[in-house]
This record gives sequence, C-alpha cells and structure tokens, in this order.
Amino acid sequence: MSDTPILSTHGLTGGYGDFQALFGIDMHIDAGEVVALIGANGAGKSTFLKSIFGLLPVDRDMVKFEGNPVGGTPAHMMVRRGIAMVPEGRRLFVGMTVEENLRIAIDNARLPEGEGPWTREHLFDLFPILREKRRQPIEDLSGGQQQMVAISRALLCQPKVLLCDEISLGLAPKVIREIYEILPEISAFGTAIVLVEQDVGLAREASNRLYCMLEGRITLTGVSQDISRDAIAAAYFGASHAVA
Amino acid sequence: MQWLDAVIQGVLLGGMYAQYALGMALMFGVMRIVNIAHGDVMILLSLIAVSLAGVLPFGNLGLIVVIVPIAVVIGWILQKFILNKVVGADPLPSLIATFGLSIALQNFMLELWSADTRSLPNSDIASASFQIGSIYVGLLPVIVLITALVLTGGLDAVLRFSRFGRGLRAAAADTEAAAMTGVDPKRIYAIATAIAVGILGLAAVFAALRATVSPSDGSAQLIYAFEAVIIGGMGSVWGAFLGAMVLGVAQAIGLRIDPGLGILFGHLVFLAVLATRPEGIMARKK
Ligand SMILES: Nc1ncnc2c1ncn2[C@@H]1O[C@H](COP(=O)(O)OP(=O)(O)OP(=O)(O)O)[C@@H](O)[C@H]1O
Ligand SMILES: [Mg+2]
Repeated sequence: MSDTPILSTHGLTGGYGDFQALFGIDMHIDAGEVVALIGANGAGKSTFLKSIFGLLPVDRDMVKFEGNPVGGTPAHMMVRRGIAMVPEGRRLFVGMTVEENLRIAIDNARLPEGEGPWTREHLFDLFPILREKRRQPIEDLSGGQQQMVAISRALLCQPKVLLCDEISLGLAPKVIREIYEILPEISAFGTAIVLVEQDVGLAREASNRLYCMLEGRITLTGVSQDISRDAIAAAYFGASHAVA
Repeated sequence: MQWLDAVIQGVLLGGMYAQYALGMALMFGVMRIVNIAHGDVMILLSLIAVSLAGVLPFGNLGLIVVIVPIAVVIGWILQKFILNKVVGADPLPSLIATFGLSIALQNFMLELWSADTRSLPNSDIASASFQIGSIYVGLLPVIVLITALVLTGGLDAVLRFSRFGRGLRAAAADTEAAAMTGVDPKRIYAIATAIAVGILGLAAVFAALRATVSPSDGSAQLIYAFEAVIIGGMGSVWGAFLGAMVLGVAQAIGLRIDPGLGILFGHLVFLAVLATRPEGIMARKK
C-alpha cells in the first residue's frame, strides 16, 4: 500500500466566471475515511465539490485522484474513474421512476452491477421503502425517500469516493438518522466519503476528520473528536483563523 | 361515404406528417431544442435523393439505403458542431442558430437546384392503388403510414427501454445531474439528433415520391411537424403520431368543405387544441 491519498486538492482555486469563490483549498482523503466539510451558507462548499467533480473549470494539477492529476475532467468521466456525488437538492430525474433513476447510474457505472460492492437488492435492503416504490415516478416520493434514491443512485456508480452535499437538509431527524446510519456501511467497502454538512454536531460525530471553510478558505482542520466546539465556532464564523 | 373517404385520406396524409414530426418529437419534445432548420434539412435530403436518382442504378426505395446514412451523418454533425455549442436551459440560442442555418440552407439549395419543383421519377409503387368498397387507396401512402407506425413504435420503445433512451431522458430532465451520473450529454445528444435527422431522411425520400419539393418548402414541413408535436404533447412520441393524424384528418376534411380550406383547417385545429389543452393530447399530468 502506498500512502497516496485517494483524492486530494492542491491550492484549488475556482468560481463562476469572473467571480472567485475558492482561494487555494488543500484537502485530502484516504480510502475508507469520512471527512466532513463544514461552513456557513455561501462559504464555497458546493463550489468545491463541483470543482473536484469536473462541473466547474479548474487546472489539471489542482485535483489528484489516486495520485493522477484529473482536474477539469468532465463529470461523466470522473464517474468512470470512481467518483460519485449526491448533489445539493438531490437533482433526481423528474418524469422517471425510482427504478429508472437507479438504472441511469447502473448503465454508466465504473463497474457493472454485481461486480462492484453495490446492487439494487442491497440498497433496497437498506432502504426498504424504495423497493416498495420502485415503479413510482420520482416526484411521488417524500423528500427523505428522494434523498435515499439520490444516495442509492450515487452508490450504484460504484464509487471509490463519494461526495455528499448536505444530505440532511430539510429532513426529519428520524430520516436523517436512517440515512447517516448507512455511512459506516459505505466506508466498510473502502469508499471514501466527503461529507458537506451544515449541522456541525452531526458532521463531527459522523466523520474521522473535519475541515471548516470560510469565504473560500480552509480555516480549521483536524481529527473531528479532537477539535473543540470553541475552535469550530471561531473557524466557522471567522472570529479568529485557527489552523490546526 | 365522402366523409369516410376524407378521414381515410387524412389518416394517410397524417402518416407523412408523422414522419416529419418524429424527429421533431425527439429534438423539440424530449431535448427541448428548437430546430428551425428541420424542414429545410428534409428538403435538402429530398433534393439530394432526386439528384442521386438520376445517377444511381437502383430503384426509388433503394434510395433510402443511401439517403438515411447521409441524413444520420448530417444530424450528427449538426448536433456536434452547432447545437451542442448552444444547448442549455435557454432555448433561444438554439432557435437563433438554427434560424440562421435555415436561411443559409435555403439559399444554398436555391443556388444548387434553382427554385424549380422536383420529384422522384414515377414508379410503380407511387402510382399503384387498390380499392376498398368504393374508396380508392394509394399503395404509397399506405406504405408511408405503416412505416410511420413502425418508426413511432420503435422510437418509443428505444426511449423507454434502451440504455440510450434512459440516458437521453435523464440528460433532457437535468443535463448536469445526468453528467454526474455518468451520462455524456453531448454524445447522447449527437446520437439523438442523428436518429432524428435519419428519420427525416426516410421522410425525404417518401415526400419526393409522393409529391414535388422545392427549396422553399421547408417552412411548411417545419410548421406541420411543430403542430403535430404540440397537439400530441411534448415528450410523447405516440403523441406526435396522434398529432400528425389529427392534422392530416383536419386538412382532408377542410379540403372537402372547400378546396382552399384544407391547410387552414389544420392550423385552426392546432389553435383549438392549444387553447383548450395546451399541454397536448397525450401529455402526462404534472
Ligand atoms: N451558479 C453560480 N453563479 C455565480 N455565483 C455562485 C453560483 N453558485 C454559487 N455562487 C457563489 O459562490 C459562493 C459559494 O457558494 P456555494 O454554493 O459554494 O456555497 P455553500 O458553502 O455550498 O453554501 P450553502 O451552505 O448555502 O449551500 C457564494 O458567494 C455564492 O453566491
Ligand atoms: Mg451548498
């Protein structure tokens, strides 16, 4: 085993046209690790995930996957390499059934269903309600059920790295718990998880390490359990810039 | 009897319109690309067919084997080099780009073929007919209708059940999310437009067999195709087929009322559908 992280960013800058949202982000994640990325609204968390995933332009050397520079590779090719995303707002395919939404991922996955760790049957065991609703149009599902489909869709891409953008947003605590309970199961396959999360307590509990972002910069990073609430508060709101 | 005859002739005419409309159903109905050059591309293919018929040694229907691949290549190039640069949530750029293409194509065709009307040389198929009771039915329109049915069924099945069809529907629903799920939207759109124009290649040969074509005819075909897709309901391939039938029957009935009313009647029915059921006959309820 080499100690190359599965995914890393190096001085990543980016944004939208003339508007710069990220100012040199250095981040890395190892196989099987859960890394949380927290920060206030507009800090640049979603922009960061999109930049990694080839949805926004970045320089080639700013993103490395298994040690190879991949920055700016189109998203559909990132999926083939082994990255998948649960996007902010779920972004499911309206007008298609649950099953069809999942089939899109299977059609284009890194590995065929059955060769990778995830199958529909396995996911239906984790989220039994989806088995029941598999033939229903996606728009007939509740927000929590839709989030389960979004996660299942990403997992059926058989990713080595899973990017999750605010998967708890707008969901009832019981549903959030149900969804977060499967994270260890995902890690168990060696899949690395980048967890963007507004709920700091939840992020800290679910992650091995944590990064805090403020106005496009990392203001704090360290082992989740070792970071004090005060340090997080300071980094989150920008009272002082602590870099552990 | 006169009205039954009108309905039958209308359904047969609808078969031709369905062939115009299927490519539109795919591009406008599913991908939401407004291709103003739709009719002009078809006329171009008809004129190529007419010119090739003079030099190639095989029969009129054999032309299809040559024209459809040409059409597929034209469609692929159109999407890859023009439409993929302008597709997005906003339909206006594709509208403007294809409007320009439409005018350029018309001028190009006038230059090359002049304004004369042309058609494929008369063949046995084009003139054969048979009689059901007291109604005469042309063999060619029946072949056109059956072809349209087969194409509609095939395209519908491809969209519903194939990997390509799923990917296309996903890309049309949310292009970025489709890319995040491994779909290459530009590639899948290029294939879709190649299919759409390929179907138009078939229609082009039939149109030149049935009647005459001239470089300025494209806008009429464009309107019929648009109307059929909108009457039927966006995104539904069978809807476009049904819309084409409605249009054909309306025109045939209008023609019986007054020979000058045919085409107008078709437009009036289109407006009536737009006013009473703007989502189209077969649209899914939101
Ligand atoms: N499509 C866009 N075009 C222009 N600017 C954008 C766009 N999307 C986001 N921004 C800007 O980029 C900055 C970072 O936004 P981003 O969405 O990455 O924040 P975030 O940390 O994900 O916030 P939230 O927690 O609200 O999702 C913000 O200033 C935002 O206004
Ligand atoms: Mg965000």
